[in-house]
Amino acid sequence: MNIHIPTPLRTYTAGAETVSVPGATVAEVFTNLTTQYPDLKQQLFSNEGKLRSFVNVYLNDEDLRYLPEKEATTVAITDELTIIPSIAGGTDLGNTPCCSCCPLL
Amino acid sequence: MLHIDYANYEALRAHGEETYPHECCGVLLGKSDAEGNHVHQIVRAGNTRTDSAHNRYNIAPQELVRIQRQARGLGLDIVGFYHSHPDHPAQWSPTDFAEAHWIGCSYVITAVEKGKAAITNSFLLTGTSEEDKKFEDQPIEIAVAEQVSQQKGQA
Repeated sequence: MNIHIPTPLRTYTAGAETVSVPGATVAEVFTNLTTQYPDLKQQLFSNEGKLRSFVNVYLNDEDLRYLPEKEATTVAITDELTIIPSIAGGTDLGNTPCCSCCPLL
Repeated sequence: MLHIDYANYEALRAHGEETYPHECCGVLLGKSDAEGNHVHQIVRAGNTRTDSAHNRYNIAPQELVRIQRQARGLGLDIVGFYHSHPDHPAQWSPTDFAEAHWIGCSYVITAVEKGKAAITNSFLLTGTSEEDKKFEDQPIEIAVAEQVSQQKGQA
């Protein structure tokens, strides 16, 4: 199946934005991916082997975290996996409501 | 260096004015090379932090997947992100840093003062991992028609 690699991780896939990796389940695909590209492992997984909290994985259009079988979900060769780190931030200003549409904090 | 044309530069600043007093956010599509990140197109994104939109932003992962797919269709990459700081300096905050994970990408911040876009700065996330990442000031080169102006920390 094809795995779409986000810009910052292409350093570890020789610049490839899409890589093709075999596997019957998401877990198998990840194992094969990190075997093929070993330096990806520490970018994607914690020392405990869990996906890092900021790494989102989508199987086609479904968030892996919300699939009933999660990493054990079976995949077909035509499925696509997308790895997408999160994007967030903010000013760290005090939690004071700024306008009437903001909830009271 | 962040290379961006005037129309896109003004568009991301205008986005911050439109969403004031809330933070805006969006994605920079383009290409990267040895000279830096080149913005070809900006894509507005929704801020999912409706609980605290005046001082937080978050782009839904599903929207990021869609935008990355859009970039792939255009032959472009995600080269950065932008957001606004309503009534706050155009400097990255501890939260911005903690939540920054796209190494090699530009993080553009526009200060919006009383509804008007003021200073816009860019910061390049450098390093090799979460453990050694850091933000570096990144000059912005704005292409204005046939002339090019360099700016840093100017309105």
